[in-house]
Amino acid sequence: MAAGVAAWLPFARAAAIGWMPVANLPMPVAPAERNKRQDELIILNVSGRRFQTWRNTLDRYPDTLLGSSEKEFFYNEETKEYFFDRDPDVFRSVLNFYRTGKLHYPRYECISSYDEELAFFGIVPEIIGDCCYEEYKDRKRENAERLMDDQEDNKDAKLPNMTFRETMWRAFENPHTSTMALVFYYVTGFFIAVSVITNVVETVPCGSAPNQKEVPCGERYTVAFFCMDTACVMIFTVEYLMRLFAAPSRYRFMRSVMSIIDVVAILPYYIGLVMTDNEDVSGAFVTLRVFRVFRIFKFSRHSQGLRILGYTLKSCASELGFLLFSLTMAIIIFATVMFYAEKGSSSSKFTSIPASFWYTIVTMTTLGYGDMVPKTIAGKIFGSICSLSGVLVIALPVPVIVSNFSRIYHQNQRADKRRAQKVQKARLARIRISKTGSSNAFLHSKRNGLFNEALELTQLPYKMNLSDQGSTEDEKRLSKSTSLLESQHHHLLHCLEKTTNHEFVDEQYYQQSYLEGGLQNYPSRSPSLSSQDGVTGTCCTRRTKKHHTPLPNASAPAHMQPLTHTHTHPQGLQELSTIHIQPLSTSRSSLNMRVDEPAPLNCQSSQITTAIISIPTPPVTTPEGDAHLPAGPAHQNVVKVSAL
Amino acid sequence: MGALMVIFSLQPKQRRKTDSVEDELELSAVRHRPEGLEQLEAQTRFSRKELQILYRGFKNECPSGVVNEDTFKDIYAQFFPQGDASTYAHFLFNAFDTDHNGSVSFEDFVMGLSILLRGTVQEKLNWAFNLYDINKDGYITKEEMLDIMKAIYDMMGKCTYPVLKEETPRQHVEVFFQKMDKNKDGVVTIDEFIDCCQNDENIMRSMHLFENVL
Repeated sequence: MAAGVAAWLPFARAAAIGWMPVANLPMPVAPAERNKRQDELIILNVSGRRFQTWRNTLDRYPDTLLGSSEKEFFYNEETKEYFFDRDPDVFRSVLNFYRTGKLHYPRYECISSYDEELAFFGIVPEIIGDCCYEEYKDRKRENAERLMDDQEDNKDAKLPNMTFRETMWRAFENPHTSTMALVFYYVTGFFIAVSVITNVVETVPCGSAPNQKEVPCGERYTVAFFCMDTACVMIFTVEYLMRLFAAPSRYRFMRSVMSIIDVVAILPYYIGLVMTDNEDVSGAFVTLRVFRVFRIFKFSRHSQGLRILGYTLKSCASELGFLLFSLTMAIIIFATVMFYAEKGSSSSKFTSIPASFWYTIVTMTTLGYGDMVPKTIAGKIFGSICSLSGVLVIALPVPVIVSNFSRIYHQNQRADKRRAQKVQKARLARIRISKTGSSNAFLHSKRNGLFNEALELTQLPYKMNLSDQGSTEDEKRLSKSTSLLESQHHHLLHCLEKTTNHEFVDEQYYQQSYLEGGLQNYPSRSPSLSSQDGVTGTCCTRRTKKHHTPLPNASAPAHMQPLTHTHTHPQGLQELSTIHIQPLSTSRSSLNMRVDEPAPLNCQSSQITTAIISIPTPPVTTPEGDAHLPAGPAHQNVVKVSAL
Repeated sequence: MGALMVIFSLQPKQRRKTDSVEDELELSAVRHRPEGLEQLEAQTRFSRKELQILYRGFKNECPSGVVNEDTFKDIYAQFFPQGDASTYAHFLFNAFDTDHNGSVSFEDFVMGLSILLRGTVQEKLNWAFNLYDINKDGYITKEEMLDIMKAIYDMMGKCTYPVLKEETPRQHVEVFFQKMDKNKDGVVTIDEFIDCCQNDENIMRSMHLFENVL
């Protein structure tokens, strides 16, 4: 339950009076407020700085150090205060969490010291409020990366037992691991450069005989260039095949961008080999040669900056898209305007709107080639407006792209966003769990908490009949296990159940019962069923009417047998109205589970006398040795008898 | 061209800015200070200490001194995590907001609580009748009761045993009317209501349930 509104619980309970006239069933009795002490101030001395707060404030979060009995370890008898030898500055945030229900992360604080303090006081960092959570996560990620970088520097030693394939892959990915890798790295780099230069030089006109027309070098020294090309492609093919062999996941490697670039770089050569000097296809052949220029992209393996640039462009896709879109809009508008403005003039170059596109682009980017110029006055006016607005439209998205680039460059992108999103999902999941923890806490305590209350009310006669010393201690332990606040909240929810004659169940059980639909044998209220018949020899929690009748001696609760216990509180007005089965949900209902939860005990399904549905549920882990515990929460396939 | 667009978009912005400044001033001016402790002590049946505890809790959640309906719904919803408590909270809000000004001040809050926790059975039943009578005309009709019933069942949420069916609230209303509507005229008046409740042992007992809440 949100502790911030703990003070409003009396209001919520009072408002429950609104349900009373509507309810058909009698209400459960309210939890007794034993030793209701006046709210007192407690003093927390943290390294000399004294903080004071109400005890109730700390009790709001019973699963932390300050809210539980763990703080008693730090109690100082002489000065009557709790002394903690910790950082008082961080403690301020911790205490404010109790006061306001929100945990804040102070920006000036070091992330690891903050984490340590939170861990000491038993607070889960996931509940940091939204206002500070981004900052917290960013700092944490930076810290983690710094640690990882430090580790990687030490990690250069070759791990033993790496297969040849793995060594090769590591050598390819990280050239600094061995000399061979470095050599390979430089050789491929050299050949890429050679290949690109060859392509370029091929087209340069070499000197020629005076009466022949100029031929490009490529055609003059065909054989030489062909040999060069072949050599480069050989090297690239070998490299590609080696990478393919060494890749841990060949399919994923083949889909990666770099491998596609490799393939595109070498494919034209092979296609050219296959195709003969057929005149028809030579045009296509020439086009294919263009793809040879893609070899230059192979350099991105060698350059970190190029990769970052590529990544930036990818991540700025939306800004680039916006730029493109707005430019297109402007181009179309201005081209139309110019076309119609220049329509009148003679020998105008603006023959059609698409023809005006060229003029508009050249003008908006302030290139101004001058091959197309407007001649009419209107055309000139619109032309000048066009060039002015071009400056604006282009200048606006560019700084965004620039800042993106610098951000990514400085952050040392390593799929940061992807990791952050995964963590975000985990965080939301944990917050959701803690929120449902309150409802699960109710369901959980339903199974064992109400026996509590029965115990308290029948304490006097009960104590007289009990010969077992251990039980009274158990009572006390049970009654302390839920705070007063929680028990009152659970009582409120229980009243609502009685008003509507429906019960809260957890998600899992709801799904199952929804599926099983009509299988349920739901005996309506039959006052004749007595508690004895239904549950003798079964494990159950019996919720009985909390009337004050003395316990017969004969059916004293049997604590000793772990598998069967019969608790009978036969009382005059006992009525059993619902028999149903309640499988136990997983016991991890809250993030910080209290260690002293009453132990669930295993129960055999064969001992159920009125088995209605047997729903297989995951077995509950049982902390052992708790045979004394009279209140066992529901187990798998258990009949739970609730008396109303 | 882009410049023209920018110029056009600037103008309405300025007008909007002045509006929001005024709005902010209004919001921050809503502060309410309750009457003195002695007066409240005289008007309600709470002791001084109890009033202190109540006020501290109240002010903690609503620093401005008044609760508006949304905050009220939020607070109430935190006690019922599995269901949707907003409809019932709406009815509750109207029941607490006795002067119908859209906000519940500390006085309203404490008066309501005083009736609920320390009032006589007659007063409590009166309050409950007031809650059910949505339009405050002195009669509870079936429609009003159905609304209230649906609101209560909404608080249970989806995951219940047995599974909530569509006609469950309606059936419940029928049962209620059968019990309460003595002259079968389709509405329940305050006298029928109080009469019937006083004859019902369960209801009488449950009225005393929350007396030791504070």
